[in-house]
Amino acid sequence: MVTEKDVEHIADLADIGMDSGELAPFTQQFNAIIDYFDILDRVKGEESGVRDLYNVMREDDPRPSLPQKDVLSNAPASEDGFIKAPRVM
Amino acid sequence: MTEAHVIVGLEVHCQLDTKSKLFCGCSTDYRNDGPNTHVCEVCLGLPGSMPVLNKRAIEFAMRVAKALSCEVLYESEFSRKNYFYPDLDKAYQITQYDKPLAEKGILEIDGDDGEKKVRITRIHVEEDPGRLVHMGNAERGRYSLVDYNRAGIPLIEIVTEPDMRSPKEARKFLNKLRATLEYLGVFDSEKEGSLRVDANISIKGSERVEIKNITSYKGVEKALTFEVTRQRNLLRRGQVVERETRHYLEARGVTQSARSKEMEHDYRYFPEPDLRPLQVRSWVDSIVLPELPDARRERFMVQYGCSVNHARTLTGELRLANFFEKVVEPDPAGLPALAATWIADILIGELNYRSMSLDLLEPATFTELIRLLKNGIITDKSGVEVLRVMLDQRLKSETTETPEVIVTRLRLAKTTGDDAALRTAIREAIAENQKALEDYRNGKAGALNFIVGQVMKKTRGRSDPAELNRLLQEELSKGA
Ligand SMILES: [Zn+2]
Repeated sequence: MVTEKDVEHIADLADIGMDSGELAPFTQQFNAIIDYFDILDRVKGEESGVRDLYNVMREDDPRPSLPQKDVLSNAPASEDGFIKAPRVM
Repeated sequence: MTEAHVIVGLEVHCQLDTKSKLFCGCSTDYRNDGPNTHVCEVCLGLPGSMPVLNKRAIEFAMRVAKALSCEVLYESEFSRKNYFYPDLDKAYQITQYDKPLAEKGILEIDGDDGEKKVRITRIHVEEDPGRLVHMGNAERGRYSLVDYNRAGIPLIEIVTEPDMRSPKEARKFLNKLRATLEYLGVFDSEKEGSLRVDANISIKGSERVEIKNITSYKGVEKALTFEVTRQRNLLRRGQVVERETRHYLEARGVTQSARSKEMEHDYRYFPEPDLRPLQVRSWVDSIVLPELPDARRERFMVQYGCSVNHARTLTGELRLANFFEKVVEPDPAGLPALAATWIADILIGELNYRSMSLDLLEPATFTELIRLLKNGIITDKSGVEVLRVMLDQRLKSETTETPEVIVTRLRLAKTTGDDAALRTAIREAIAENQKALEDYRNGKAGALNFIVGQVMKKTRGRSDPAELNRLLQEELSKGA
């Protein structure tokens, strides 16, 4: 059961401002989502076989990376090839 | 005695020297390239991308585990560590939490009171976050520039028990660890930013303080020394040491409270659903460890007759040990004694003074210098001069003159008895220092050394002091 206090704390960790009017609806939504997972947990599924899978690894072979302009295309702002971000701390 | 009250534990993060990143194929060779040029969907954390573990990173970590006599866990797994900071594009770091790769090891160091076993708590594998450059000033316009080239570089974190008792011991542990990792071929200490250390330090009976993000070997000892003084001063004034996290400010050599609000449970760790667990304990047997620093030190003493201190210095860094062996290779019986002294006692200092990498110096060139010294062609003093000229030249260009060329050009060849210039210098020194001569004749043997010194000055250190002494006495007996 998620409480309003939990939501407030998580918002704080994520540096997201939340006013008191938003707390109740978010708390209700958090709980609805978590309840939904409880339903999923009760579903009896086929054994997928993935449980016995270990040590899934690849060889240490470098592959081409993305072009810088593609990397930056998702960023709201960039400067000299860097992604610009608000200063935290 | 007071030092015994200091308790230090370390968390050392080292970049594993793989070719590609931990979970994607991006090249790790990013240091000479522009920002955000070694990134892809995976290390940017774009939706739908999936991490695939780099086998060599695990092999490297296993080598370290074996070399530090750790127990490899039967099953280990990756977890997500959640926090929001611009250096993490995914808002979580893939690391290991409750099931690390290995635990319970030992690293033996040359401690404050002789040999000491530092216990290793655990070794785990994780991805490096990105790099931030802070811009703007304190008043306004503060923002960060983010480069994700480093994001996803494989790291191992090695956590020790609080077994070190002084800042100096912490440095010795780090030096030994660095040497071990380099001998294992999994780490390159000369790559910028390849090592970062968090240190826990407390004065016995007080709370412990964590110092975050120390980025140099010397920084560890400095940060800890600062912290010992700060904590002792607090206690002396009757105040308490608060349990807190502090940052080390390298430029100022001080630590500063981080006022971090995050607690361990705030990271909300959970098993990484995109990666399967590891069961790699059985690999341990197939790992063949190379010769490690302790074994090489013993061998240097037996094979080359090195003193303990020289052997320890020379084998304390892989580059140095390899350099020494290449230098003496042409004459493994005749060269080691001089080579050990000249590398350990002189070359290292000259390199440090110039912040110069040993890689810039050809072992064969150094062999030539040692031969000139061994064959009595030049004095020790001239040897240092030749070395300095070579290093300075190498800093400025790709090549240097050979030691022989330098000796000829600067006329550094040792003076000999039948050298007319030397005879003149001796006669001049006698003539100019009659007072000392008188003292000598009145039984003050030390006065002769003064005249020897004057001759040395005139010959720019090219004379062998013992030989000079003999020639001077000869000259004086002639005159008498
Ligand atoms: Zn990538």
